[in-house]
Amino acid sequence: MKILTTRMEAHPSDSHTMERYLATDGYVAARTALTSMTPAAVHEEVKASNLRGRGGAGFPCGVKWGFLPPDTRPRYLVVNGDESEPGTFKDRQLLERDPHQLIEGIIIAAYAIDCHRAFIYIRGEYPKPARRVEQALAEAYAAGYLGRDIFGSGFDLELTLHLGAGAYICGEETALLNSLEGKRGEPRIKPPFPAVEGLYGKPTIVNNVETLSNMPWIVTNGGAAYAALGPEGSAGTRLFSLSGHVRKPGNYEIVMGMTFGEFIEQHGGGVREGREVKCFIPGGASAPWFTGDQLDIPITIDDVGKAGSMLGSGAIVVMDETTNVVAAAHSIVSFFAHESCGQCTPCREGTSWLEMVLARILRGEGRAVDLDLLLDVSDNIAPGLGWPPKMTTICPLGPSAVSPVTSILRHFRDEVAAMIPAEVPVA
Amino acid sequence: MPDPVKVTIDGAEHEVPGGSLLIQAAQDTGTYIPRFCWHPRMKPVGMCRMCLVEVDTGRGPLLTTSCTMPCTDGMVVSTKSETVKKAQEGVLEFLLINHPLDCPVCDRGGECPLQDQTMAYGPGESRFVEEKRHFEKPIDISELVLLDRERCILCARCTRFSDEISGDPLIEFQDRGNYTQVLTFPDEPFRSYFSGNTVQICPVGALTARPYRFRARPWDLEAVESTCPHCSVGCRISVQSSQNQVLRFLGVDNEPTNQGWLCDKGRFGFEYIGSPERLTVPLVRGEDGEFEETTWNGALTVVSQWLGDIIAEHGPDGVAGLGGARGTNEDAYAFGKLLRAVIGTNHLDAQLDDGLNPQFLSAVTPRASIPDLDSAGTILVWGPDLKEELPVLYLRVRQAAQEGANLIIIHPRHTGLHDVASHTASYVPGRGPEALAALRAGSDEMAEARRLLMSEGPVVGLIGRTGYTEDPMLAEAVAAFVRDLPQASIMPLARRSNVFGALDMGLAPSLLPGRAAFASPEARSALAAEWATPIPESTGRDAAGIISGLTAGQIHGLLLFGADPVRDFPDQAAARAALEQANLVVAVDQFLTDSSRLADVVLPAEGFTETDGTVTNLEGRVQKVARLVAGPGQSRPPWSIFEDIAVSLGSSLGAVSAEAIQKEIAEVVPAYRGLTWEQLEWGPGREGVVIPTSAGEQPLRYVPVDIGVPAQTARLALHSARTLYDDGVHVRFSLSLARLAPGAYAFVNPADGARLGIADGALVRVTGAAGSADLEVRHDPTLAAGAVYVPFNQEDGGGIGDALEVKLEVLS
Repeated sequence: MKILTTRMEAHPSDSHTMERYLATDGYVAARTALTSMTPAAVHEEVKASNLRGRGGAGFPCGVKWGFLPPDTRPRYLVVNGDESEPGTFKDRQLLERDPHQLIEGIIIAAYAIDCHRAFIYIRGEYPKPARRVEQALAEAYAAGYLGRDIFGSGFDLELTLHLGAGAYICGEETALLNSLEGKRGEPRIKPPFPAVEGLYGKPTIVNNVETLSNMPWIVTNGGAAYAALGPEGSAGTRLFSLSGHVRKPGNYEIVMGMTFGEFIEQHGGGVREGREVKCFIPGGASAPWFTGDQLDIPITIDDVGKAGSMLGSGAIVVMDETTNVVAAAHSIVSFFAHESCGQCTPCREGTSWLEMVLARILRGEGRAVDLDLLLDVSDNIAPGLGWPPKMTTICPLGPSAVSPVTSILRHFRDEVAAMIPAEVPVA
Repeated sequence: MPDPVKVTIDGAEHEVPGGSLLIQAAQDTGTYIPRFCWHPRMKPVGMCRMCLVEVDTGRGPLLTTSCTMPCTDGMVVSTKSETVKKAQEGVLEFLLINHPLDCPVCDRGGECPLQDQTMAYGPGESRFVEEKRHFEKPIDISELVLLDRERCILCARCTRFSDEISGDPLIEFQDRGNYTQVLTFPDEPFRSYFSGNTVQICPVGALTARPYRFRARPWDLEAVESTCPHCSVGCRISVQSSQNQVLRFLGVDNEPTNQGWLCDKGRFGFEYIGSPERLTVPLVRGEDGEFEETTWNGALTVVSQWLGDIIAEHGPDGVAGLGGARGTNEDAYAFGKLLRAVIGTNHLDAQLDDGLNPQFLSAVTPRASIPDLDSAGTILVWGPDLKEELPVLYLRVRQAAQEGANLIIIHPRHTGLHDVASHTASYVPGRGPEALAALRAGSDEMAEARRLLMSEGPVVGLIGRTGYTEDPMLAEAVAAFVRDLPQASIMPLARRSNVFGALDMGLAPSLLPGRAAFASPEARSALAAEWATPIPESTGRDAAGIISGLTAGQIHGLLLFGADPVRDFPDQAAARAALEQANLVVAVDQFLTDSSRLADVVLPAEGFTETDGTVTNLEGRVQKVARLVAGPGQSRPPWSIFEDIAVSLGSSLGAVSAEAIQKEIAEVVPAYRGLTWEQLEWGPGREGVVIPTSAGEQPLRYVPVDIGVPAQTARLALHSARTLYDDGVHVRFSLSLARLAPGAYAFVNPADGARLGIADGALVRVTGAAGSADLEVRHDPTLAAGAVYVPFNQEDGGGIGDALEVKLEVLS
């Protein structure tokens, strides 16, 4: 069962064009919603679908929409296409291969929340997806599916494309809003949440690309049909980015519920050269790692959560037995240290401290005290080192850098300790 | 006041205002929560994370920044739990990993919040063994401020100040993560009138100011609270010295005046105090025309003989006095008493023809206080560019506008507040009456302004003179309009630090001490009774009258008290000619100014930080100034110089100390009756004392609304106004500020430039009634077409005079 990738698989050469989109029932759902459903009815279907956000936090989409204060206008809809989590490349495919599916989803969502101004924020490193979306926008405007009086329904929607300037943190919704306003990409203190005070201080819904790409299907088939897919709490299909030491890395759309082991075998073709899975990241670089012993955990939001990690942005990174876990953790921590916005102390200073200590261990200059030091520095960023993390920081970026550190020290402490040279006693 | 809520902080229940920030509520109830980025006068950002505490709002304790947490009922707060302690230690360790421990050579050492809070809340030692982050050591970000990015802990106090408070965001965060740094923009230095505030609020030694760098250690400083001497806002300051040298002014948070802020002229304009150019001994002009040093006795003998001769030959009316607006109330009172009671002249003026009707400044009603701006619905500024002349008042108006007050500005060109104004209008100098008539009628571009003034009160009118070519009566006409608006009050604007105090002490021909009218026989006889001496009956001359009287040979002797008419009188050439013409000029001053250079006797005066006393600001608020250092050489307090002149003339003012004079003022001066020295001592919660304007004593002179529309000028109309930094002695002898004076240019509207063939950058000769100046042209699209703006108080800027019409000739 596939929802998001049906068209691009059937028509790989032109699934991104208006012509193909219209020939495959495109814009029928939006027309139906705008001309024969009330906004409340559309909202009800989305609520009934139990669709949870695909950006990382997994918050129920229909519930989020319900947080908008009823009387404040204007409201804005912002589409988060700043897909920057290492290992995550699913939104790229949706933007590049089926941009009209997203635009139609945006029209439906905007209609449901009574919003007339929407923005798509795409990371600057995605020039081709951006070009495709730009072209699709032009086609949609030309066809009258955007702008004034869409489908003769009286509903107006202006949709603007904006490109990011190269900061991971702008995937965090409030940093994204700052960036969209032309400010430094720095997360805001919450509350207030964007639904109450977002873009330009107005109520704003921020939804992920994949989340909104589901809208046409939900309107066409009904929320109940969507909710019936997959196990409870993880309704619908989901696009996973599989990477690392597998034979066939790539994006795979599945109904949730199978185990990680099954997914890696069935879709990824197993681990390269028949090796064993040493560990894997179940949901993007921010997520705590699982070991090869945990391959039987079902791919659902709740099962992964119970096991102490998250499905996050849907990026599964597999590491085989040859992996130097310190090098792997260093690579991820370096990324977060580089991408820290610099606003709050624990993240700005703590992530680069962690990176420096890991780098020193890799250089063979580690000290025995460094293992506990790494954990305690981590604890000063994410007190208690639990999951979901507590934070001394403004946003979860700091705790994200902690995940690989605690993962290797929890699962592979002996291996890390083995990299520490014996202390030479001072003469 | 929001409804109180109950919060429990470390086990003790307190009632605090609902919605108030936890960090403030805790502090107010006795619990200090450490912080770096939070500043009570700026919006919270929760960035440094130092103020993390555990807050339980019913869902279990959660680490939360107390600077962003509003208090709600039933909240349970722990500021000392193990979790909190660990978090605070963690944050401090993080802050220190890249902070250079160069405290022994850091100016902040000894008064450093990072140092102090590390001692109080820190882990004791660092576990960081890696290489610290390095940046080029201090870089100049302006003429005044240096930035050491290695010391910076990125609390964003400075960047937020310049964005939120001063409105010139010239410093910003750049880069990100561990390389985040505060920097200026390329080719744009941190040239803000308020840059020194960022140095004061920096919680480390990242920002330092050139005038104080490496001059002292905090523990060696002596300090006293006082009132800034640079303009009439009267900011509360701490004066700090070491070894009898004033080294620093810091802003002190006084709610009704400056809320802790200072402008850079106020903050750094202390260097003149220790200038080697200060006068140290009395000077008398010798036979050869050069100054000769003499003794006090020698100088006073000369003064008494010459004054005696003039009085004998021409009567007391042959003598006049100018100045007094820069000293204390006690100095001004003694100066006035010397002139009126001892010499017997009524020719005296604290203003130099550059101000407004003294009765208007002293007694306009209803009078606004600065805090009235905070609750104003609409603010009208029709007067000088506040940013240039009364900078900290500019901050307050800016804040009020940002918090929602409507701001209307009427001025011949854009002022510093235009970007936050809700309505602006401009007019060609001289055509103010037309602009006022349009505002009254609500016609054309004034319709919205009038609507706001009529319907969105309370209205506060900040009213003064936009420039020297403008009819000073215009301000009164504007005031007459404003005070009839619903819920309106008026703040009269004049610039010199104690001009309001000097006028309250009667330093104007039309005023007697205590906002009493000279014209009132009752007031005259009451004062005469107090002073036990007759008061001159004849109408006196104001500054313009004194200058013309000297030139015409009607006045022969002139006492100057801290006044420099050759530089400050709008017609500088006339003032120079008058002083050259006088038989005797006695100058009581701290420096040889353009005017005191022309004097026959120069008496060295002590000044600010060297004398005790009281001053009165533009609200009528009386505040203390205090002595911390001794003046140079044989310089003495002005009031004691006036007493000695009185004694040398065979009389006495009865002045034995500033405190004693203040006591006499409180007995003799109606408006100041009952004010005590103790009442004015600075201390926690002390805010000075506002002298109320009572309508009965001196009603504002009614001014007919139609003050006459001037003929349309054939030539350009001169706009002559001041800039903050100038070539006056206080700036010229404060070496850090001296180079900041921008110099004079001829600003013209580009449309006029095109019409008259005057290119941007061209050299023109601007000729007015009093003289001409050769100036470079700058095109200024914000200036009203038909006008030319020349800053008055710059080298070459003042010689054109104050006549409206000027001629421009292109020289190249």
